[in-house]
Amino acid sequence: MSQSYDRGLVEDFGRWREFSAGMWAWVFHKFTGWVLVGYLFTHIAVLSTAISAAGQSSEVIAANNDVYTTVIVTLESLLVVRILEVGLLAVAVFHILNGCRLLLVDLGVGLDSQDKSFYASLILTGAIVVASVPTFLAGVF
Amino acid sequence: MAERYSSFEKGGRRWLWQRITAGFLVVVLAFHFFLLHFVNHADEVTFAMSSARMESLAYYSLMVLFLITATFHGVNGVYNALENQGLTGTPKRVVKYTLIAASLVLVVQGIRTANAWAGLPTF
Ligand code: HEM
Ligand code: HEM
Repeated sequence: MSQSYDRGLVEDFGRWREFSAGMWAWVFHKFTGWVLVGYLFTHIAVLSTAISAAGQSSEVIAANNDVYTTVIVTLESLLVVRILEVGLLAVAVFHILNGCRLLLVDLGVGLDSQDKSFYASLILTGAIVVASVPTFLAGVF
Repeated sequence: MAERYSSFEKGGRRWLWQRITAGFLVVVLAFHFFLLHFVNHADEVTFAMSSARMESLAYYSLMVLFLITATFHGVNGVYNALENQGLTGTPKRVVKYTLIAASLVLVVQGIRTANAWAGLPTF
């Protein structure tokens, strides 16, 4: 079951030219994971404006003039933000699909098709992202 | 191609929790994207709408659980990665407590925000 294989030091990024599919999967998984935590901190910071909004009068809230609504609507009206959101979707979808692949690998399922399932994750991520672009950009122009 | 790489370590609980939280996150994160981009559009989010969702106990508890698992999974992931890079000794301890402090701030702030929508005290 657990054969060992000298993969060299993957942690040495200088070797990227010799990377195989599995090593790219590893690098992408790290990168996407770090982007997602970064986003989570930013996300909560932006959403926190709801704390101030909750203290505003009910007329202001009913008219959608509170701080939270204003901040979100302003952000969403910027093209950069929309493009970053498409990027976030790509990052999240890849991390989810590749993460499921890793869970299977850890359970010992499908070890012989690890590189195929990595390519499948990439292609599926691309397809989902392209299909979502219209929804993500709707109304910004 | 039957090599088996894994960050598994015998007796490691954090390794297991990283996978348990991952399994939960697959479902909730997909739901979250779907709800806020396809069912409701991100540019139409308002305080009143977020409040309406958060006033339901089921949604509120799902979001708080999402907050906690995502924080754990993300921060623990970063810590594991640094450990794999060979971080040890005092720098490792400093990183550990910094990450714990950052997570606490994030979770507390997230819950205050959730409470603001749900009409609960934000302490
Ligand atoms: C661009 C995509 C996203 C949009 C538009 C979005 C939008 C929102 C909104 C409007 C809320 C407030 C609750 C509600 O109105 O129902 C919320 C809550 C939340 N989101 Fe997102 N979100 C996105 C991506 C993400 C991602 C990738 C994560 C995880 C890393 C995440 C984690 C959370 C958490 C944990 C909460 C609960 C916050 C709390 O309880 O204080 N979101 N999101
Ligand atoms: C939605 C479903 C998700 C799945 C299936 C998933 C799966 C995984 C798995 C299996 C690992 C462990 C890799 C290893 O130890 O070899 C991992 C690492 C990680 N994940 Fe996730 N994850 C998900 C969501 C998230 C979210 C929402 C965040 C951010 C808040 C995140 C951030 C990270 C980070 C930072 C790492 C460590 C990356 C590294 O090794 O540098 N993940 N993920």
